[in-house]
Amino acid sequence: MDTTTAIFAAMLMPLVALGGNMAFAHRENLRDGLTFASALGTFGFVLVILCNVGNGTTEAVTLLTVFPGIDIAFNVEPLGLLFAIVASGLWILTHIYGVGYMRGNNEKHHARFFACFAVAISSVMGIAFSSNMFTLFLFYEILTVSTYPLVAHKGTPEAIRGARTYLAILIGTSIALQLTAVIWTFVLTGTLDFTQGGILAGKATGWVVPVLLGLYAFGIGKAALMPFHKWLPAAMVAPTPVSALLHAVAVVKAGVFTMLKVGVYIFGIDFLAQTGASEWLMWLAAYSIIAASVVAMYQDNLKKRLAYSTISQLSYITLGMALASSAGALGGGLHIAMHAMGKITLFMCAGAIYVRYHKTEISDMVGLGRAMPITFIAFLIGALSIIGLPPLGGSWPKFLLMIGALDSGYIIIIAVLALSSLLNVAYLIPIVARAFFLPAPEGQPNTYGEAPLLVWLPPALTAAGCVILFFYAGVLQDFLAPIVTTGGYDAQ
Amino acid sequence: MAVEPHTVEHTARTLMDHLPVLQVLIPFCTGPIIVFLGSRRLAWPLAFVASALSLIVSLMLLWQVKDGGYIAYTLGGWEPPLGIEYRIDAANAFVLMLISLIGTITLPYALISVADEIKRRDHTLFYACWMLCFTGLLGMVATADAFNVFVFLEISSLSTYVLVAMGADRDRRALTAAYDYLIMGTIGATFFVIGLGMIYMATGTLNMADIADRLADQGANRTVRSGFAFVIVGMGLKIAMFPLHLWLPKAYVFAPSAVTVFLAATATKAAIYVMLRFTFSVYRPEFTYATNTLEMIFLPLAVIAMFSASFVAAFQTNFKRMLAYSSVAQIGYILLGVAILNETGLTAGIVHLFNHGITKALMFMGVGAFVLRAGGSFYAQIAGLGRQMPLTGAALVIGGLSLIGVPGTAGFISKWYLVQAAFERAPDNPMYLAIAVSVVLSSLLAVVYVWRAFEAMYLMAPATDIRAKEAPLLMLVPMWVLAIACIWFGIDTDLIAGAAAQAAAGLFEGSQGMLEMKGAVH
Repeated sequence: MDTTTAIFAAMLMPLVALGGNMAFAHRENLRDGLTFASALGTFGFVLVILCNVGNGTTEAVTLLTVFPGIDIAFNVEPLGLLFAIVASGLWILTHIYGVGYMRGNNEKHHARFFACFAVAISSVMGIAFSSNMFTLFLFYEILTVSTYPLVAHKGTPEAIRGARTYLAILIGTSIALQLTAVIWTFVLTGTLDFTQGGILAGKATGWVVPVLLGLYAFGIGKAALMPFHKWLPAAMVAPTPVSALLHAVAVVKAGVFTMLKVGVYIFGIDFLAQTGASEWLMWLAAYSIIAASVVAMYQDNLKKRLAYSTISQLSYITLGMALASSAGALGGGLHIAMHAMGKITLFMCAGAIYVRYHKTEISDMVGLGRAMPITFIAFLIGALSIIGLPPLGGSWPKFLLMIGALDSGYIIIIAVLALSSLLNVAYLIPIVARAFFLPAPEGQPNTYGEAPLLVWLPPALTAAGCVILFFYAGVLQDFLAPIVTTGGYDAQ
Repeated sequence: MAVEPHTVEHTARTLMDHLPVLQVLIPFCTGPIIVFLGSRRLAWPLAFVASALSLIVSLMLLWQVKDGGYIAYTLGGWEPPLGIEYRIDAANAFVLMLISLIGTITLPYALISVADEIKRRDHTLFYACWMLCFTGLLGMVATADAFNVFVFLEISSLSTYVLVAMGADRDRRALTAAYDYLIMGTIGATFFVIGLGMIYMATGTLNMADIADRLADQGANRTVRSGFAFVIVGMGLKIAMFPLHLWLPKAYVFAPSAVTVFLAATATKAAIYVMLRFTFSVYRPEFTYATNTLEMIFLPLAVIAMFSASFVAAFQTNFKRMLAYSSVAQIGYILLGVAILNETGLTAGIVHLFNHGITKALMFMGVGAFVLRAGGSFYAQIAGLGRQMPLTGAALVIGGLSLIGVPGTAGFISKWYLVQAAFERAPDNPMYLAIAVSVVLSSLLAVVYVWRAFEAMYLMAPATDIRAKEAPLLMLVPMWVLAIACIWFGIDTDLIAGAAAQAAAGLFEGSQGMLEMKGAVH
């Protein structure tokens, strides 16, 4: 199968699930089975694209021209392919988990839930394979709108309030800032294509560059850069599968992915390094990393704590772009995969605890480790990966980011990264330690009692994935290397 | 189709030649025929056939001029300046198409809505009035004779007052709404005709091309300038340009649903066209803008409208009233595009004229369907209806997204052109950066008011236990045609943006363009 067909197939497969959920809303097994099949199919088509890379074309396929110079077009490049693999692969696991969670938890409106989920995944595929900023922006907005019903899913006043914040910040920043930036870029350069080495070099000068970068950086609200991060904790009212796949992987990664794309293909790493336009962004990202970690320490709600942890980790990727060095950009790209694997594990574990014991607050989870050993061991592995300890996948991006910081000559950033790791230890490890080593309070079961199989198995698998990724990080790095080949390393 | 090109060749050619007048004549004759036949059963079919024929005619006209050029038609063969001339170029063919399209799509919707909201004995007269209103709007746009514009303006206005007042069967306040509109509309028309009088005094002609010709020769003087001011203020009232918009919310809220749909999408748009024609073709842009500094009036008023009307819309508790204020804000966008004063800006204005027309028609149709089922359009009354009437709800969601300007919908295209136009002017005047930002910031207010409606439709608990039925098919089909159009024109912009760009180019050539064309006629 050629790459073009596979790209469209990967985007259309999730829509099969949408159709299935709408048509068979009341036949649970058929409906959920169909969604599972379409998740497998989506992943399969992404793998086909992966196999084609090297012998296939990476030229853009234009679907249609919206106005002269602006197309809806797709192509394959390493960063997008990696993102697509991560999102579609984890969708399979999340769907299994989601079926277990929704049934085990007696949630309502399953069909609507899985249908919106499928639309979100389809738009993620669109984002991953966009070959210009316009197409990316289009799917970025579809992703926002399609995830709104998921956040408001429970229909309680709290859920509606959360969903309102979610929407207000994401739509607000994207329309007010990002769209302005996109149109401005178009007026300056006459194109929006993602081009190796960037398109703005020579077209924008002086104060325009940092201002434009600012419009992008804050306009990409999904990257949760402070001060536009409030939507992520607000979105935690959604059912846990949503928090796991969308708000640890698909949506937030769509944000930082866009950030990387803009840095690498719109501005160009070299151009950013020459103009120094991204220096302020680097400091802001560093601040975001530390501040969000500190806030996370004070959260007692487990999902909220994880959300703030995500905000901190996302800023690693923004930092990687803002360092304006190729090692930094590579580290950022790698962190998309590594953080996804670690954070989805943590969220799924949080959901497992909720399904089985209906506990959401960390202070109530004391001594729970003996009852749910698999869940908490998976949580520990995920946490260690987030902290960045070997032999877990999360250690590599940090390593690369530190090299990037050295390349750019910002020693202090290394200290920031180290401090962040310590803070991660401080807010993640006690959860596990207190679960295992403190005695369970009165009235709490002290014997083995895991969540249903469909709920504990997926996090166990992703925890294993964290270990495996440690050993295959080199492969991933080589795979990503082309995004910066014209810059950094070769030039030195 | 009325034209049979192959049977009798010369007949066909003649009919084709008569298209500009047929555009106006078909509905013009249908109105009285409906009254004379006096048959309730025949009124709707006749009106629908006339609208459909108008649509076909307008598409044929647009087809002929969409790549530039124009068609001149002299009524009764009397050459101007003695006779009345109709002149169709890309700009007015485009607006004619919008008006007849909305007219044709709204009629099937009106069939049920009117039966529900208006007493049976008034139906015949209702459709007759509708036809006259339709005629007036088409005539205003098609004609190239300044006084003829006034005549058609009055035809459309008088019939509109009646149509709005027919909402009185449902809510007596429709009468005061119609009365307000009558007063304001008459003041507007009076200003317009005073302006025409001054222009006539200064130039001695009423043919637009002739006026342009003579104005170019004599340059500016006080009479000509005051004439321009009167025309703009008069049309400003009909457009509901901020702060002359006070009649609009009441009229839209209390008019019968179908009338609101039709008026919101066409009446203000036709008036905007007339204003554009006067600003760009009759007066030269250099003249109107450099001497009269319209830029200093249009631009701030448009920006104020965008923010203040959106802000007011965000606090409404009635869906229809919210949409009405949103219309005032959206008219601000159109005028902003014009005031930016470059070709992209004018294109943005004309594109938005169309896109906002279909979007607002769609939304008013959806609300009308709610009114049919729930008896009112307050948020408390329509609570939860989106879930009970999923197809109507989904169409409204598409319309709402287009109103916000979410990518993939028609509204987005307008915003894009508008912001792009502002950025294009930014290098020589940094104020336009602020204008670009104000466009996007004000669309955030649209997010707020649209989302309040969505939450009422989907998240609030229903007011009654009775489950509302889905809207009838005759209402759903027009709604969905427009909903699909909202998405279609958000992705494929060839037709609309292409025609709008041609129209903008034609207008931007200003009176010079008209002079050259005039040379070609003689």
